[in-house]
Amino acid sequence: MTEVKDFGRLMQGNEACAEGALAAGTKFFAGYPITPSTEIAEILAEKLPQVGGKFIQMEDEIGGMAAVIGASLTGLKSITATSGPGFSLKQENLGFAVMAEVPCVVVNVQRGGPSTGVPTSPAQGDVMQARWGTHGDHPIIALTPVSVKETYELTIKAFNLSEKFRTPVILLMDEVIGHMRERVQLPKQGEFEVVERKKPQVGPEQYYPYRDDGTGVPPMASFGEGYRHHVTGLVHDETGFPSNKPEMVKKVLDRLHKKISDHLDEIIMAEETNLEDAEVMIFAYGSVARSAKKAVNILRKNGVKAGLFRPITIWPFPSTKLQEHFNRIKKVVVPEMNMGQLVGEVERAAAGKSIVTPLNRYDGELITPVEIVEKVQEVL
Amino acid sequence: MFAQIEEYFRLEKMPHIWCPGCGHGIVLGAMARAIKQLGYDQDKTVVVSGIGCSARASGYLDFNTLHTTHGRALAFATGIKLADPELNIFVVMGDGDCTAIGGNHFIHAARRNIDLNAVVFNNNIYGMTGGQYSPTTPQNKRATTAPYRTIERNFDLAELAKSAGATFVGRGTAYHAKMLTDLIVNGAKNKGFSVVEAISQCPTSYGRRNKMGDPVDMIKWQKEQAVNIKAAGNMTQEQLGDKFLIGVLHQDEAPEYTETYQEIIDRAQGTVKK
Ligand SMILES: Cc1ncc(C[n+]2csc(CCOP(=O)(O)OP(=O)(O)O)c2C)c(N)n1
Ligand code: SF4
Repeated sequence: MTEVKDFGRLMQGNEACAEGALAAGTKFFAGYPITPSTEIAEILAEKLPQVGGKFIQMEDEIGGMAAVIGASLTGLKSITATSGPGFSLKQENLGFAVMAEVPCVVVNVQRGGPSTGVPTSPAQGDVMQARWGTHGDHPIIALTPVSVKETYELTIKAFNLSEKFRTPVILLMDEVIGHMRERVQLPKQGEFEVVERKKPQVGPEQYYPYRDDGTGVPPMASFGEGYRHHVTGLVHDETGFPSNKPEMVKKVLDRLHKKISDHLDEIIMAEETNLEDAEVMIFAYGSVARSAKKAVNILRKNGVKAGLFRPITIWPFPSTKLQEHFNRIKKVVVPEMNMGQLVGEVERAAAGKSIVTPLNRYDGELITPVEIVEKVQEVL
Repeated sequence: MFAQIEEYFRLEKMPHIWCPGCGHGIVLGAMARAIKQLGYDQDKTVVVSGIGCSARASGYLDFNTLHTTHGRALAFATGIKLADPELNIFVVMGDGDCTAIGGNHFIHAARRNIDLNAVVFNNNIYGMTGGQYSPTTPQNKRATTAPYRTIERNFDLAELAKSAGATFVGRGTAYHAKMLTDLIVNGAKNKGFSVVEAISQCPTSYGRRNKMGDPVDMIKWQKEQAVNIKAAGNMTQEQLGDKFLIGVLHQDEAPEYTETYQEIIDRAQGTVKK
């Protein structure tokens, strides 16, 4: 028998997201169509019923987010996908998911904004909306893929983090990553980790839906399993019922933040390339990191010691990881497809130790490697 | 009387937040009695509510309960029902919750004919926020945001539900509590989207401002203004005047959403021919 060689398959970023969601075990999608994210909905509309899952096109994105939370509370791993205008509509209920600690994945394939903006052009204008889009102090996790393959992997990772920490996770893609096609060899089932939410180990009489079991993340019972409990977006005590006692408000908000900030080592991911001897760092994420990688190669060929820091997790922001480099690397260039959003966080982490220079494009065009090379040469 | 339904209440969450004379407690009682009659398993019953005085009902009931965001209860409930069609779901909303901010979810839940039981506590006002007009406040009424009287025409909630595709529509009042229970029972038995509009009174934010007297007067008003649909046939338009109908206002049959979706699953999985 001749061995069949696996050349992988040609896949689009949005398709990789849908496939990653299925691989992670999602059984529920609710959403509303919007370019450039629609393929995710279309693919899941076809594939979810094949695995006994459910798909519903809701009347708007508010309803999409709400239905996803309802399904997750009923025990299904749930996902929704959208772009800028729809992402804005999801924010109120996204906050509900944070407060009520409901795992779910929210994909935003970014396009040019504000408003209807430039529907078919890439942008990174929702970085701050991903962090602060819903009202009130809240923690959030947001991941940014650089390739089709990584979109697949990070969709699985997004589910894993959301299940583990009982929190919504945002997958922040951009139009280039969403619509780009690449040949990918996907890992097989069993070759990657799939995390399931922690269930109560006690009987219904002893179950407190929001009691910290020491990990910061309370075990989660589903509706219909016999653990009757109350879920609300109001600040609540460990029984799940509303409380406005100042000490309770503080306690709940502290725990919500700590369950994330105590586990940064599990949440924060970054790729570091050629930074060991670098004299200049390029800090780039999403599709811009592709150009940045090329720029590093060009610069290195020309004798410039450039390196790349690519945050994969952008929220929580990887300050500590970044700061390790700032003792030595005194120049940082931050290309972004926006008017300068994450650059502020880089500056904050640099705390004056390194000079941080932004490079921005917000005309719907990609930032090219040459543009980055020129900016680096300018600052050196 | 309360003893029969006591098991459905989280007594430790009492006293409730409602004002003396508020109609919401009566409507909640009617709902609990209906669930008792239906004999639903508490573990398999979910009560979803939006935001408002009415929406606080979910917290007092010993079922799986979900207190959502303003206007969105039906959308959350849609996710729950689709995730597990075996669950019995009641959705408690105020008139503002249901027909203003949640109006879109309301008509689409009706259009889908998804098996949810909406119980709308209609007190013709935004109670919780202190008496602003709602889409069901009649014209020429006073509200904090209509100091010169309301000029907008009001929705007929039951008509709205019917035209949007609900397969069971009933209306009762806090005065006609027994009928309200029957309506909720029949609504729940309907396999599809059911709406029971419960006319409730808000003495604090509506009655007082519109000189409707004390809560007892408001309840009397419900008694006098309501006409049983069975009796309405023998009445002239003149006699009906500005009275409103109560009883089963609409009932028909249509495929239920989650059942039809199961057919999609069967087809996609190849268990039935495409
Ligand atoms: C998005 C949003 N907008 C506004 C509010 C403020 N709000 C809370 S309850 C309410 C109206 C409640 O009226 P209704 O739904 O008729 O219920 P009732 O209190 O009369 O029972 C409003 C406007 C809110 N909580 N959320
Ligand atoms: S404000 Fe009105 S609706 Fe709210 S509890 Fe008081 S009487 Fe009832």
